[in-house]
Amino acid sequence: MKYCVAACFAALLFLSNLSSLRAQQDSTVAPSPSAAPDFGQIQGNFQAVFQTYNQDSAISAVVPPEQSTLNAFTNLIYTRGKFSAGMRYESYLPRQVGYPGRFAGSGIGYRYASYTMDELSVTIGNFYDQFGQGLVFRSYEERNLGLDNAMDGIKVAYQVMPGFVVKGVYGKMRFNFNDGLINTDSYVRGIDGEINLNELITKFNESSTSITIGGSFVSKYQRDNRSDLVLPENVGAWAGRFNLYRGNFGMSAEYAYKINDPSADNKYIYHDGQALLVNMNYTTKGFSLNLDGKTIDNMSYRPDRTLQITDAMINYLPAMTTQHTYLLAGTFYPYATQPLGEVAYQAEVGYKVKKNTKLGGKYGMDILVSSSQAYAPDKEVVNDLETTRLGYTNNLFGTGDQLYYADFNATVKRKFSKKFNATAIYYNFVYNNDVIAGARQLNGEEVVGTVYADVFVLDMNIKTKDKHNLNLVAQYLSSDQHQGDWASLQAEYSISPHWIFAILNMYNFGNDIKDDRLHYPFGSVTYVKNANRISMEYGKRRAGIFCVGGVCRPVPASNGLTVTITSSF
Amino acid sequence: MKSILSLSLVLLFAVSISAQSGTKKLPAVNVKDLKGGTVSTGKFNNNGKPIVISFWATWCGPCKKELNTIAEEYSDWQEETGVKLIAISIDDTRSASKVAPYVNAQAWDYEVYLDSNQDFKRAMNVNNVPHTFLIDGKGNIVWQHNNYSPGDEAELLEQIKKLTGK
Repeated sequence: MKYCVAACFAALLFLSNLSSLRAQQDSTVAPSPSAAPDFGQIQGNFQAVFQTYNQDSAISAVVPPEQSTLNAFTNLIYTRGKFSAGMRYESYLPRQVGYPGRFAGSGIGYRYASYTMDELSVTIGNFYDQFGQGLVFRSYEERNLGLDNAMDGIKVAYQVMPGFVVKGVYGKMRFNFNDGLINTDSYVRGIDGEINLNELITKFNESSTSITIGGSFVSKYQRDNRSDLVLPENVGAWAGRFNLYRGNFGMSAEYAYKINDPSADNKYIYHDGQALLVNMNYTTKGFSLNLDGKTIDNMSYRPDRTLQITDAMINYLPAMTTQHTYLLAGTFYPYATQPLGEVAYQAEVGYKVKKNTKLGGKYGMDILVSSSQAYAPDKEVVNDLETTRLGYTNNLFGTGDQLYYADFNATVKRKFSKKFNATAIYYNFVYNNDVIAGARQLNGEEVVGTVYADVFVLDMNIKTKDKHNLNLVAQYLSSDQHQGDWASLQAEYSISPHWIFAILNMYNFGNDIKDDRLHYPFGSVTYVKNANRISMEYGKRRAGIFCVGGVCRPVPASNGLTVTITSSF
Repeated sequence: MKSILSLSLVLLFAVSISAQSGTKKLPAVNVKDLKGGTVSTGKFNNNGKPIVISFWATWCGPCKKELNTIAEEYSDWQEETGVKLIAISIDDTRSASKVAPYVNAQAWDYEVYLDSNQDFKRAMNVNNVPHTFLIDGKGNIVWQHNNYSPGDEAELLEQIKKLTGK
């Protein structure tokens, strides 16, 4: 099948090439570039990450038996007028250490063709899409993280009238790759409608209030494969949502409901699932206030009830905490939604101190304060495993006693002169590792209890001369739990627009275990030309989201050499 | 083996066809404006003047540095070249609600759209953010840059000036 797709694609391109060659010959006779026929266009991108691994038992670095790994992909998209076709060739030879297990070998992992005619657009093959905020359906990819739940089937979108769009999706979901795409056996189908009142009703066109409403229904089918339980083979979920904006005020909400869906995630209980997301924001020039609230109960939803972790998820349950980019704040104690249930809040205030004031100086100063908490849901366990198997009773809008996570942070950013600016940030994290289970010791031992951590970051930019810039980042993490105190210092020297040199060291000086008071030195050289980028990195790394050379990318723990090439064409 | 063969064929033709066609048109994909309305990227226009399209996210430090740096000079750029900057946020549902407040707090004068499920990012073949494109007055992609280091904005301005002949 995959050979056929690639061959058909090659044939298609070959034909367009032949005709364009002919066109070129013609044009030597009568050169008229303005009347050049449209042969469509090819675009694409490429990424390859080659990594070698050194033995390093001190940091428990994993060395694969092959000693080197290669993750690569190429996307090709052919577009001609309203027609478009594309494919992705993927290679995991073998996959990078730390990359999820569902990626092996080389082959075509994604291919599609689509066309748009007037109000109708049709896609066959693979596609990604989401309904509303994704509470009942989101098909998504994040290649650097190893997340890919592409749909494989048919998608149809139809604009019934201006301001009213209906979308339908039907297919199987990707869950594995082994020299080619492997989908789950089960089916996922869904329909979504969205109405923008301002476009739909002419009277509202010029209104200062803008309102969008939407609703979706999704269903999955999987055969009942258990003899001891009677399982629902068709599991439906629906959601309703609205967005409202008036002047400086905005509000959005989405509610989702799922019927009982016994699965490995919820230990095969017959409880239904619910989720609610609410956001309110108020902004004026130089000021912003953002409030979020969320409650989730038993909303894990997969095409295959036996799958877990990040395998084939039909929906998306966003975490209501900020994703931090600095090393010690972002990669140590990050939070992920607990799909079985949680209640979370977030408040964020941004303020820009005006220019030419005492506090703001010549250029002004930015202040951002943010606070978020996630709690256990309000539920009571019921011992009914031999009877109704509902598992618990709950109050969706109540908050349980247990704190899962808290993050308070304050950022101050100020430009002092044309040559110098600085950012200072304070963070406070409370991380319940009994629930989130992300923090481990170097030997893999689990950390019991809650981790409390304070993090301080100072980021300074010094323009040394025209197009030359020195960026210094000093970070300090203070904690009495887990691995104790850490410090890190990073220096990055860039010569725009081509070169970036960086060195970094992280030092776990406060670890209770003396042998684990280790340094993690790291260096990199990056060359950028337009959309081509080559970087070489060498050193020791903890797992996490890494931001060096101007780009943020999640990487696993390792000790060794990494060569990354990315390109868009 | 067969798949490698067909892949290299595809690559070969891809390279030759893109060398022939030269210019690349902006793809038409739907993105959302900050008030929830749907906009096709095929309708992006600046009355025949150049457009800068910059992919960013609220969690991406270098992206924010780039857009905040340009923001300081943006009115001069507009005056000199007539350029328009369109910032495309790839924040997903987790942080998409923070885009409008951030943009307002920073007082950006850009057009900002949300590409929550990365349809436009995919269509534009963006690997990582920040990734910045320059589009000429006819909707052709004429220059792109993946990365941001302080000073890169000068290179972008040079490219814009080259286009407008100033």
